Amino acid sequence: MKYLDEYRDPALARRLLHELSSVATRPWRIMEVCGGQTHTLVRQGIDELLPAGIRMIHGPGCPVCVTPLETLDRAMAIAARPGVILTSFGDMLRVPGSETDLLSLRARGADVRVVYTPMDAVRIAQAAPDREVVFLAVGFETTAPANAMAVLHAARLGLTNFSLLVSHVLVPPAMTALLDDPDCEVQAFLAAGHVCAVMGWREYEPIAARYRVPVVVTGFEPLDLLEGILMAVRQLENGRYEVENQYARAVRREGNAQAQSAVREAFRVGDRAWRGIGTLPASGLELTPQYAEFDAARRFGVLELTSVEDPACIAGAVLTGAALPTDCPAYGTRCTPRTPLGAPMVSTEGTCAAFHSAGRTRDPHTPADSLSQEPT
Amino acid sequence: MTPECPLPYAEHECLLLGHGAGGRLTAELFDALVLPALGGVPGAALEDAALLPGQDELVLSTDSFVVSPLVFPGGDIGSLAVHGTVNDLAMRGAMPLALSLAVIAEEGLPLAELRSVLVSAGKAARDAEVPVITGDTKVVGRGACDKLFLNTTGIGRRIPGLDPSATRARAGDAVLLSGPIGLHGTAVLSTREGLGFATDLASDSRPLHRLVKALAPCGGDLHVLRDPTRGGVAATLNEIAQASAVTVEIEERSLPVPPAVASACDLLGLDPLIVANEGCLVAFVTAEAAGRALAALRSLPEGAGAVRIGEVTAGPAGRVVLRTLVGARRVVDMPLGEQLPRIC
Repeated sequence: MKYLDEYRDPALARRLLHELSSVATRPWRIMEVCGGQTHTLVRQGIDELLPAGIRMIHGPGCPVCVTPLETLDRAMAIAARPGVILTSFGDMLRVPGSETDLLSLRARGADVRVVYTPMDAVRIAQAAPDREVVFLAVGFETTAPANAMAVLHAARLGLTNFSLLVSHVLVPPAMTALLDDPDCEVQAFLAAGHVCAVMGWREYEPIAARYRVPVVVTGFEPLDLLEGILMAVRQLENGRYEVENQYARAVRREGNAQAQSAVREAFRVGDRAWRGIGTLPASGLELTPQYAEFDAARRFGVLELTSVEDPACIAGAVLTGAALPTDCPAYGTRCTPRTPLGAPMVSTEGTCAAFHSAGRTRDPHTPADSLSQEPT
Repeated sequence: MTPECPLPYAEHECLLLGHGAGGRLTAELFDALVLPALGGVPGAALEDAALLPGQDELVLSTDSFVVSPLVFPGGDIGSLAVHGTVNDLAMRGAMPLALSLAVIAEEGLPLAELRSVLVSAGKAARDAEVPVITGDTKVVGRGACDKLFLNTTGIGRRIPGLDPSATRARAGDAVLLSGPIGLHGTAVLSTREGLGFATDLASDSRPLHRLVKALAPCGGDLHVLRDPTRGGVAATLNEIAQASAVTVEIEERSLPVPPAVASACDLLGLDPLIVANEGCLVAFVTAEAAGRALAALRSLPEGAGAVRIGEVTAGPAGRVVLRTLVGARRVVDMPLGEQLPRIC
């Protein structure tokens, strides 16, 4: 099939793996930023086929995972009110808040609806003028344009019953925060292809230069990832640290100007709390004063709500690549996709969930390696 | 229990949609609530149809249908209700003898819609050569159900010499699949408000008993039959691996995923392995009989796309392993519960 099969070709994958083996002379540690990339790596078992010494560190780019507990508790406080329709992407529904999750809240009578685009939430608001419709606006630069468009569209329609609970985050501040950590092991990044489709890659150029770290804009199919890793390893082996674009079929250096301008109109950059990581300066988006009336947190007066994480959850360490899910004592025991303690166990893009659904285990008697070898 | 291991906190006090999705949550509900209440044995293998006590040649199966919308590309709730029960009987190696059909309808449903669905059910029954011999009709107030729910119960007679069961998979068995996967679930989803993607996808809903009849010459070599409905191929293979205490290994490359299904799943973030099917079956047969069984399946139009997707190995009990496109292996887990309900 066009644009799918050609990026999943087993023979080409083997050729890239072979090339990687011949290029890599030393151990290297590479972080894939995006949860979608983690998902492909683990689903396909690519990380376990890499030549010895090349280790993938799974990054913080799962939007569901880094959405702070406060945002979830606020969403649930809002959803529990009479007359409210809370709309969200499906992944957010099972993420545990302090006491419950949105799915359970829905089973008890709250009107919580899954939408695939925020524009559907606007349509729901139009059709139900006597209800308050709130969209849980989470995600990276990828989802920001659509969420911005929803606000701009609602404003044009003069809708007064539509608002966003905003928890938008930005990739470059997270990368610099990781690199500023003295314990940071990351030597190269695979930047998130879809984020760059919106933003382009100019903002990564100063990061690559300042920290002397290669950045390869990479797609999400198995061959994209293998090629991205190969490009990163080539740079590392040659002592280069540039921004390169593996995902040329979708990404230009300048990104998508129209999408960026919608984002600039509805949002401005502000400090943002990341679940498991903490507050990072200028790392998120918030509604501009012009559109502040669409801010659900203000409208429903839930800004004062604060929350406490489960102490057993090591999501922060997992999100920053400092620990593997299988390092966590709760992994697979107290914490499973059925009863997640932290968000990385919920979303299919979460590192813990990706490990769990691929059957990776803490048990030393059945190491993941025993599953990784192709029989000869 | 240690201090690090307090009581599970996510004990839900009420039903979640996921409890009806055919995945892990459904299994938990069965073991913790349904089976104890009805005198069944928790953890016992659950088959698609039950043998009648004292009448081992007869099998019984019942199924309720709540699909939304009532009409979808490739079928409707009426034909689906007939096919679903005919297929459940067939998965125990039985040919359908008779069906019952019960209607629960919401006040205000246009009679034309009810008629069209029942005419479709009647046609499906005639095509499957099984009479509908009894039924029931209930009408509930507006809002008490969504338009129309159907229940069908079927009784069937087993083909002599066939004894397929989820417990009979053995190391060395070949795993066959009768046709492409993911069509029903993606076709129904494509009609949903808010998802509406333009597509030529159509449900694979159809009766499978003729395929089973074609497999009859395999006799005792046919170990397991299952139609991968809710929870898809992933749930079905996990159930078989558990019930038979074996490892099932499948090859990603050989999975027949139609391009339109692959695209739809990519867009919606779904795995074709967990998407519901209504017109294909999984058969476990001895390695010796695999060639004959494949030829038998391919001899009928509904089995023309039959392929071998893997085999049973003597690995850990209850495990399903996928050999990925790039040659690594990963465990295929039991789906937790579907986020997109009312697919059948």
